[in-house]
Amino acid sequence: MEFKGRTWKFGPDVDTDAIIPARYLTTSDPAELAEHCMEDAVPSFPPGFKQGDIFVAGKNFGCGSSREHAPIAIKAAGVSCVIARTFARIFYRNAFNIGLPIFESPEAAEDVCDGDELAVEASTGIITNLTTGRTYKSAPVPPFMQEIIAAGGLINHVAAKLGRG
Amino acid sequence: MAMTITEKILAAHAGKDQVVPGELINARVDLVLGNDITGPVAIKEFNRIGAAGVFDRERIALVPDHFTPNKDIKSAGQSKIMREFAREHKIVNYYDVGRMGIEHCLLPEQGLVGPGDLVIGADSHTCTYGALGTFSTGMGSTDIASAMALGETWLKVPESIKFVFEGPLKPWVTGKDLILRIIGDIGVDGALYKAMEFTGSTIANLSIDGRFSMCNMAVEAGAKNGIVPPDQITRAYVEGRCRRPYRFYQSDPDAAYAKVYKYDATKIEPQIAFPHLPENCRAVSDAGHVEIDQSVIGSCTNGRIEDLREAAKVLRGKKVHNNVRLIIFPGTQDIYLQALGEGLIEAFIRAGAAVSTPTCGPCLGGHMGILAEGERCIATTNRNFVGRMGHPGSEVYLSNPAVAAASAIMGRIAGPWEVE
Ligand code: SF4
Repeated sequence: MEFKGRTWKFGPDVDTDAIIPARYLTTSDPAELAEHCMEDAVPSFPPGFKQGDIFVAGKNFGCGSSREHAPIAIKAAGVSCVIARTFARIFYRNAFNIGLPIFESPEAAEDVCDGDELAVEASTGIITNLTTGRTYKSAPVPPFMQEIIAAGGLINHVAAKLGRG
Repeated sequence: MAMTITEKILAAHAGKDQVVPGELINARVDLVLGNDITGPVAIKEFNRIGAAGVFDRERIALVPDHFTPNKDIKSAGQSKIMREFAREHKIVNYYDVGRMGIEHCLLPEQGLVGPGDLVIGADSHTCTYGALGTFSTGMGSTDIASAMALGETWLKVPESIKFVFEGPLKPWVTGKDLILRIIGDIGVDGALYKAMEFTGSTIANLSIDGRFSMCNMAVEAGAKNGIVPPDQITRAYVEGRCRRPYRFYQSDPDAAYAKVYKYDATKIEPQIAFPHLPENCRAVSDAGHVEIDQSVIGSCTNGRIEDLREAAKVLRGKKVHNNVRLIIFPGTQDIYLQALGEGLIEAFIRAGAAVSTPTCGPCLGGHMGILAEGERCIATTNRNFVGRMGHPGSEVYLSNPAVAAASAIMGRIAGPWEVE
């Protein structure tokens, strides 16, 4: 599977309050959450944003709260995948569990500029910067995480385990 | 092979003699927690699994504490989903308004978590219980849904970092200041994916409430868990309180650590974390002139009885500054009652503070003290991200309870020694 889109670049330590402020957590409806995605971080987002576009961020993306509403909001907003130098640990788990593809790549996080067009090959984790022609590698996805993805998310994985899948 | 306390607890719950950092394990969980934000999402996912029921109705805790007593129709709907689920599955540990408290104050107090337990919760500050020598960590709703069905979860065994504090603390210095100092030094991702172990003579003499504050903020350094070796102070707290048998684990003297940090605790001063990250720490004496509009004392970091006593020491017989709203949130109903009995609540109200029923309230910008654009608040909470307590153009400064109380009196960030 390949993801292609424009880069929206963010700095380090983007926290879950920036991704989806707590004042909107009175709902868990993905479409409603998507409307407020990154509202405090980039007040102009999403004008200019197209379905399939890609977030690229610095270290510790998704730090803070355990709210799954954060990856849900990003996914429902139409972001195809997130690339960061590192991810906060709960966000990392949540993203896999709900099916938001994420890639850890310090090289890409450093080099890619806002507005660059990227192509990301999910199976190999190879990121190509179509604007500059450069390519970057991302950290391989642990085998257990691949199992979860293959099952179509954690819930399907558990259902299968309980013999109901 | 030598193991840390974190590794020993994980090994025991994975049915293994030994685990090593980096290893993926399937572990039995002793308790699974959800709240009114994460619970409804977990319940939706749980229902998709199609499980016959929850794995154990006594080992699930549901605490509606974030937007309760419900602030609006939508949040009432979220709480209702939890209440109905709790009734349907006969969840024993469901705490509704009037019986609830902030989850991380409530669970240890009610004896639901104990030394040697493995606890997971759909709330990042689940790491608080490490203060009792528990392995506890936050996860998302889907992970919690799966654990509610299976009674187990997968975990990667974290490397441990050891923080050794030696020497007595200066006056007005608390566990909160120690953890802020650490985060100031190592940064908000300084312990990413790791276990933080707090030891040394300072920690051995630190109260259980001080230990809760420290472990509570381990996640603010990116850690998976924070943990304090259990001792006599732990025993005094858990004896007669824990509802299940517990076990004290200790790190082996030759256990391996990714890093060891040593602190001379006698040199640490009360700390302030400036906006907008908990790592922006300075000593209160270096804070400069920062006027405030609001002061908040409470939360899962500092809403316990010792915190309220510290605040009362400063506030008794004084008046809150004309330009400041002081809001105080006891962590649980029992803490509230104890504070009433000790005359703390009266001292707060006479000083001009608003005292609230237990709730997360303004800590996450939920309700009961939201900040307007340009307003500044000092708070004993754990996060000062952009917009955390209200408008994205507002500011939050983190401190211990005595500093937050003194600042409320002075109308600017101030040390308790300034109002003595
Ligand atoms: S008091 Fe604040 S940090 Fe603690 S659980 Fe509530 S919202 Fe989260």
